[in-house]
Amino acid sequence: MSDSTTTDQTLNPAAPAAPAYGRSLALLALAVALIALPFFVQAIGQPALVPLATRVLIYAIAAASLNLALGFGGMVSFGHAAFFGIGGYVVGILYRTMVDDTLFLGFIPGTDQLLITLPAALLIGGLFACVIGALSLRTSGVQFIMITLAFAQMLFFLFVSLKAYGGDDGLTIRRRNALFSFNTRDDITFYFICLVIAALVFLALWRIVGSRFGMVLAGIRQNERRMAAIGIAPYRYKLAAFVISGMGAGLAGALMANYLRFVSPDMLHWTKSGELMIMVILGGVGTLLGPLLGAAALVVLETVLTGWTEHWQIVLGPILLLVVLFTQGGLNGLLGRLGLGARHD
Amino acid sequence: MTEPLLSVRGLRKRFGGLVATDGVDLDVRDGEIHALIGPNGAGKTTLITQLFGELTHDEGAILLKGEEIGSLPTVQRVRRGLGRTFQITQLLPDFTMLDNVALAVQANGGHSFRFFANARRDKDLRARARQHLATAGLSHRAEVKVADLSHGEQKQLEFAIALASEPRLLLLDEPMAGLGHAESEQMVAMLSALKGRVTMLLVEHDMDAVFALADRISVLVYGRVIATGTAEEIRDNPEVRTAYLGEGDA
Repeated sequence: MSDSTTTDQTLNPAAPAAPAYGRSLALLALAVALIALPFFVQAIGQPALVPLATRVLIYAIAAASLNLALGFGGMVSFGHAAFFGIGGYVVGILYRTMVDDTLFLGFIPGTDQLLITLPAALLIGGLFACVIGALSLRTSGVQFIMITLAFAQMLFFLFVSLKAYGGDDGLTIRRRNALFSFNTRDDITFYFICLVIAALVFLALWRIVGSRFGMVLAGIRQNERRMAAIGIAPYRYKLAAFVISGMGAGLAGALMANYLRFVSPDMLHWTKSGELMIMVILGGVGTLLGPLLGAAALVVLETVLTGWTEHWQIVLGPILLLVVLFTQGGLNGLLGRLGLGARHD
Repeated sequence: MTEPLLSVRGLRKRFGGLVATDGVDLDVRDGEIHALIGPNGAGKTTLITQLFGELTHDEGAILLKGEEIGSLPTVQRVRRGLGRTFQITQLLPDFTMLDNVALAVQANGGHSFRFFANARRDKDLRARARQHLATAGLSHRAEVKVADLSHGEQKQLEFAIALASEPRLLLLDEPMAGLGHAESEQMVAMLSALKGRVTMLLVEHDMDAVFALADRISVLVYGRVIATGTAEEIRDNPEVRTAYLGEGDA
């Protein structure tokens, strides 16, 4: 069957040939670039770029997680900062509990071990997503957007009023969580921790999107009536995707709290939900690598533009507008048309 | 006569003052093609939609193999062997034909909480989807995105997807509507090839197709079944002629 490639390709016009090859090459280049980045920026005497890149990676995890719900599942959640912030507070509260040598809620001991705090943030993020999603997903469209926003704001005000954990002022985490004997305080070490976790998250999302579950999710986004007619009840699948999405955001929040060594209600504010959405839209809705590109674009733009003016969003607005109007699929789509793209699914 | 596959008793549905379904009684026997005809606005699609559970009826009973399914949601009815095609196609536009059918095969095979293996590389899933596409005469277009298909191809795809769910009873809502002459003939050939294997309730305006395919015909007028019988019986029924076939029109 494969002895004659020409006939095989005419029979099967979708047989991936050159594009898949280019994609793997682009991915390899991206991986090499990300691994070489800290050494490169040190060599050119800009070590401050390492924390910047770390921030990009953390936001990329959060945005990619949001994208599973928003881009692949068609659930426009305007409350993902809730899970991001919850993840941060898991780290903050566990750290505080450890320092105070008390028990959280009377039975949970504190810890500063990354191998415990990250899974905890993942779990608690997923738990909150399960509760919020179970209620929100009974609605759709604009109602869904507003109800997720409302839940996130409720949590925001809850943490503002929680004086025991810093209230408005937030919680300072004096030391980053420990991982084996690594010096997590070191920027490059922490960068690589985030890089490994980001790689795992993107790998997981890649598998999920292509799986049977991912196909169902994409089907639900396109036509729920059709899905019901083939015997698939959308609710459970949407909820599962929403929970996975919340888990990823919680994980990113935990990394962010470690990165900043600080967590405050700002992480739960609705503007943070908006930022995550902007990253997804900038990068390319419903694409795998789009959120990474979007996170990089937004963080770099913010850094560069705030150097010029504190009203940097005045410039961001038109850029976002141009991307939405003209790129057809965000930065990812733009790169795709230059032959470098990650697939548009 | 054995128990009918589908048995509808006294089905009623009101929209405000309008009675869309007015006490419908209908039996579909196992293995037959049962055509449901009637003038525009007779409530044919409304009836199909109630049978499929997308719309709830006000009164009456719907029995599938003797089991009351009238209070079940659509998904449960599909699991009990009901399938439908849509007059206004309901497809997944970003997917290829093959994806559309493969997803129905997948749904028919149990839950989809499988997160790891690539579904597009699932040989069994793809092979069975290709079979259904072949049955519908669409093999050569398997990898084309739905958004790029012609209207006729979309209708055929509706049919292939419905087959992939392996229904006991297939509700066909105007499968020929909007098709050209050649495409219509192809659809008739397809349906008649499946006759006996899948029981069908066929809503259709194309009378040539109806008379060619149907074992029995029911005539729906103003939400009420006014006659049921073989093609000859329906043709000769004076009530049907005045109400529907348009005495003197043709």
